[in-house]
Amino acid sequence: MSTRYSSSLSLFVLLNLTILLARTSFAFQSDELLADDEEFGLEGGRSPDLATVTRPASPTPSPRKRSLDSGSDQDSKVQFSLEHAFGDSDFSPAGTFSARLKTSSHGGQTLTKLRFSRNAFSETEKQNFKRLLEGDDFYRIRLPSNVLSPPGREYIISSVKARCLPRDALDEHFVIHMEGVNVLAVNYGSPGSCQYPRQLKLPSKWSFKSHTVLKNSDQAPRTPVFTEEVVGENGEGEEVKPLERSFWAKYWMYLIPLGLIVMNAMTQAMNMPEEQATGQPGSQTQAVAGRGQPTAVRRR
Amino acid sequence: MKMAIRVFLLLFMFFSSSYPTFSLYEDQVGLMDWHQKYIGKVKHAVFHTQKAARKRVVVSTEENVVASLDLRHGEIFWRHVLGPNDVIDQIDIVLGKYVITLSSGGSILRAWNLPDGQMVWESTLIGSKPSKPLLLVPTNLKVDKDNVVFVYGNGFIHAVASVDGEVLWKKELASEGIDIHQIIYPDGSDKIYAVGFLGFSEVAAYQLNVKSGELSKPSNLLFPAGFSGDLSFVTDETAVAMDSTGTILVAIHFQDGQIRLHQTPVSQIIQDFSGTAVILSSKIPGMFILKIDSSVAFIRVINEGKLEVVDKLGHTNSISDSLPLSDSQEAFALVQHGDGKILLTVKLSGDWTSNLVEETIQMDHQRGIVDKVFINSYVRMDRSNGFRFLIVMADHSLLLLQQGEIVWSREDGLASIVDVKASELPVEKDGVSVAKVEHNLYEWLKGHLLKLKGTLMIATPDDVAAIQKIRLQSSEKSKMTRDRNGFRKLLIVLTRAGKLFALHTGDGRIVWSLLLNSLRKSEACENPRGISLHQWQDPHHHALDENPSVLVVGRCGHSLDSAGVLSIVDTYTGEERSHMGPLHSIIRIIPLPFTDSLEQRLHLLLDGNQQAHLYPRTAEALRIFQQELGNIYWYSAETNKGILRGHGVQKNCVLEETDDFCFDSRDLWSIVFPSESETIAATATRSLNEVVHTQTKVTGDQEVMYKYISKNLLFLATVAPKAGGPIGSVTPDESSLVVYVIDTVTGRILHRMTHHGSQGPLQAVFSENWIVYHYFNLRAHRYEMSVIEIYDQARADNKDVLKLVLGTHNLTSPTTAYSRPEVVTKSQSYFFTHSVKTMAVTSTAKGITSKQVLLGTIGDQVLALDKRFLDPRRTANPTQAEKEEGIIPLTDSLPIIPQSYITHSLKVEGLRGIITVPAKLESTTLVFAYGVDLFFTRLAPSRTYDSLTEDFSYALLLITIIALLVAILVTWVWSEKKELQEKWR
Repeated sequence: MSTRYSSSLSLFVLLNLTILLARTSFAFQSDELLADDEEFGLEGGRSPDLATVTRPASPTPSPRKRSLDSGSDQDSKVQFSLEHAFGDSDFSPAGTFSARLKTSSHGGQTLTKLRFSRNAFSETEKQNFKRLLEGDDFYRIRLPSNVLSPPGREYIISSVKARCLPRDALDEHFVIHMEGVNVLAVNYGSPGSCQYPRQLKLPSKWSFKSHTVLKNSDQAPRTPVFTEEVVGENGEGEEVKPLERSFWAKYWMYLIPLGLIVMNAMTQAMNMPEEQATGQPGSQTQAVAGRGQPTAVRRR
Repeated sequence: MKMAIRVFLLLFMFFSSSYPTFSLYEDQVGLMDWHQKYIGKVKHAVFHTQKAARKRVVVSTEENVVASLDLRHGEIFWRHVLGPNDVIDQIDIVLGKYVITLSSGGSILRAWNLPDGQMVWESTLIGSKPSKPLLLVPTNLKVDKDNVVFVYGNGFIHAVASVDGEVLWKKELASEGIDIHQIIYPDGSDKIYAVGFLGFSEVAAYQLNVKSGELSKPSNLLFPAGFSGDLSFVTDETAVAMDSTGTILVAIHFQDGQIRLHQTPVSQIIQDFSGTAVILSSKIPGMFILKIDSSVAFIRVINEGKLEVVDKLGHTNSISDSLPLSDSQEAFALVQHGDGKILLTVKLSGDWTSNLVEETIQMDHQRGIVDKVFINSYVRMDRSNGFRFLIVMADHSLLLLQQGEIVWSREDGLASIVDVKASELPVEKDGVSVAKVEHNLYEWLKGHLLKLKGTLMIATPDDVAAIQKIRLQSSEKSKMTRDRNGFRKLLIVLTRAGKLFALHTGDGRIVWSLLLNSLRKSEACENPRGISLHQWQDPHHHALDENPSVLVVGRCGHSLDSAGVLSIVDTYTGEERSHMGPLHSIIRIIPLPFTDSLEQRLHLLLDGNQQAHLYPRTAEALRIFQQELGNIYWYSAETNKGILRGHGVQKNCVLEETDDFCFDSRDLWSIVFPSESETIAATATRSLNEVVHTQTKVTGDQEVMYKYISKNLLFLATVAPKAGGPIGSVTPDESSLVVYVIDTVTGRILHRMTHHGSQGPLQAVFSENWIVYHYFNLRAHRYEMSVIEIYDQARADNKDVLKLVLGTHNLTSPTTAYSRPEVVTKSQSYFFTHSVKTMAVTSTAKGITSKQVLLGTIGDQVLALDKRFLDPRRTANPTQAEKEEGIIPLTDSLPIIPQSYITHSLKVEGLRGIITVPAKLESTTLVFAYGVDLFFTRLAPSRTYDSLTEDFSYALLLITIIALLVAILVTWVWSEKKELQEKWR
């Protein structure tokens, strides 16, 4: 237990250090990580222990947020909280998302570098969750619909059957759909598949493995526009194409019968000498008979 | 050169055959399609019978149709459907040759030529603020040799020349805040009067010069008690109004610019009066009608505002406008209801006690009560006055009555169809074989010989006519039993009047009709209207002893939370089995995929309090429902707030009285669209009874793609709030369109895509794993159609044959929506020339036949577009493999092939919806398009590959076989002979 404590402590220090570092080398880092942030997000709880550790750290960023807001107008840090409910219970805080708010030159604001710190379950929450598992009920979460002025117009709710979450630990997967600073929807569930029928299975570790993804809207593909020229080229291309076909592709239907006939002729030719060699008398008698038949008719 | 032409022709033929064309030959029109023309519920009617060879009545309807009907037969001479936003306010006839229509709140005045319906002129009358539109056509007033029409609309009074529609003068009256109720032109004078209320408590009368529109000083009179309702004119000088309390009648006199009032408490003229009274609008000289509670009183105005009750009638009845007769008298008609019949009386306005005409007419109970009556007079053989009555019934049908008989009737309720469901016909029970329909062998042979002649093109015109007749008369298609191909069905349609019709798909005739008890006006249900139809019982196992039935859902008012009503109607007999209501409000009806032992489908009805009610209310249904309780999810959209919510069933409701069939719901997920940038524009879901034949798609290069097929997908599109207006009201930069594919069980957004610079109106259709939608691209200034196809990646690794053999694949394992789906979407956009009113997709029995998207074009036609054209995998230069698969080279716009209009030369005026019903024959689907008109046809998207065409010549086949047999015999005999000769040689 003590070792775990110390490791968690060191981790906490490390985290603080990184945050401090991030403050100092701000512009540099944001450039570097932007691309993959938007696409894949960040896996907040890469190690299960981190989630438990970040809990004491969570109050610290909030004053920092304000100071940063006033400090830099380009990027600033925002936080919004995740709340959860067991079945039909009321919502209670469950974790904090922190992200960097990036203001683009033409006024649009986007979130990048999303991090998530999950609060560990308390004993009562564990009991509540167990009850959900037994009753195959819903575990519900909610987020504010606007990250700057929570809760915005309304909370975004998402829910999952509690039995979908437990693996070894509790695996969860967030896909947060954003439009500027508005949260449109959050898709919450297990990162992989959920078995059906759902079996009752208690997690061996009461900690969360969280994966978060930020998603923005895709651009629709542009309608193709053809000019006359392109169409003409296409036409030519199509005309040329038939010529490219090989000789075999073109005339296989003639070649195969031809081949068969040749084969047939070959075998016959092979047989012929044999017959001539072995059964010459027979063939002669046949020929005689052939010649003999009409004579026979005549004879009648 | 010849060679070149030949090659060209060959190529042309090849290409023309490569696109499947759905066109039909001229002589095939009407064989499997039918078209019916309607006009809708009549609002106004003007008769034109004097000095006319063809007696006609010009009507305007609630479907915004102006039509001229033959008074003898009720057929349509001509008609024009004005747009849905162009509501007709008034119609009249001027100069004996033009029909004048005033529409769009008094801002558009049109004249139509009476004989042929050509538009003669159109004037747009621009005004400042909306007001009650009025039209006055003086009979003999000429201004500068022009006959003049006075129009009051949008606060302006206009004098319009009736010959060419030129505005002679106009004057603003609304600037002083007056609300004009009537324009009066006393015959022979040179002044017109405009009378109305100023505020709530002042009467004002304006005097205008007819020639110049010059306004003389208005005369006002204050009435401190205030008015309520309309002014009702009794004569040109006298009007009656109600005071604001509804207890005092005020008679108002206008004389030489002076206004005098005379008050009479209602209780003074009617004894036991309590509550409030309402003046009904009527146009009977010297008289007005007062509605008190459930009865109406006819009150005569004697000089100086003295009032006298003439009669009091208890029943609901209708009164026509007055009709001037030759000897300066005016007559009006009064309709009263008896038991299964109606009583028509015509009275002179001056004389209440005697009746000019008194007629009793038997009336079908299914037509309901009389809604409106219009009268017209003619001179009888004995030089006395005869009367015709045009009556509009509660089911919106139109009837002409004369001499106590129904001369003709029109079922114009069918112009306002709300919902359609298809129902099977009864199974053939008494062993009547289809062959018996063909009368005898001779007839049969004769028919086929004629057909043979037709195919060999040696038929004379008489023969062609005979063939056509045989085809049209083939009693096969209008039989009242099920056929093997499933072409014969009943279309159950619900109209806005609350009437249910069953139409036969063979010829479109009405098999039965029913004015639903639940949708009739009653004390408990003031404004009933039907919302939707649902298949209640569709027996397959009990097909012989149970009749199918439909559930009709209605509402008692216009708001969503008004009480709901339900009816269950047998589709074979057209009888109402049961009706319920008024009950809880009905927001949404969810047919569940479960049926009870009687094959009644379980339905979940959602009310305004987020509670779900289960029907049918039986213990068995409850048991089935409770087993599946955990697997029932639904979603709701709050369009004005831009929130989509998912719900699940929780437990029984907590109510004062326990209700086992009521369930509470709970919110499971929500999606909140940012209100500043997105509003919900359109949604589309898959049809519940769609059949998907294969889960996979094999591409040309032997790859397998798994379709993501889920019944729970929702396609939703949002547009920028600014772009809600018409096309061109926003710049491309301000407008964008976002499309979503959402799983409605978990609220997962599977796909989200933005079309920048695009806006609605948006139409979408969802089928199998693809969505096709239509919108406007502001940057390209063109309409576009896009397609999204969704493929499942989770099963993509099932291609391994070894896995399939060993059974380690996951194809048969049950899927749950809670698994994270791995989907890929493919999308592409194409330009499209037309704007689209409505969209549908063909559906076939097994889903094997390729699909067509049916587009209701702005020209009220239906265009069938192959799904192949809307394939996201089209590329500019398809590879050989792709070509073999049937992928068409990419083009930027979708082709419109004239032959693919399934309505061929016809128009479905006012097209509102298209439904498709699968026939039993896999290749064929039945299409029903409805609007003001109805159109039905059969469609074979991949041609009828599974049956011979109807005009297949069996005789030719028979003759060929016989000829071949004979040839075989003859050659056999010959060969025998020859052999014998050979042998004898």
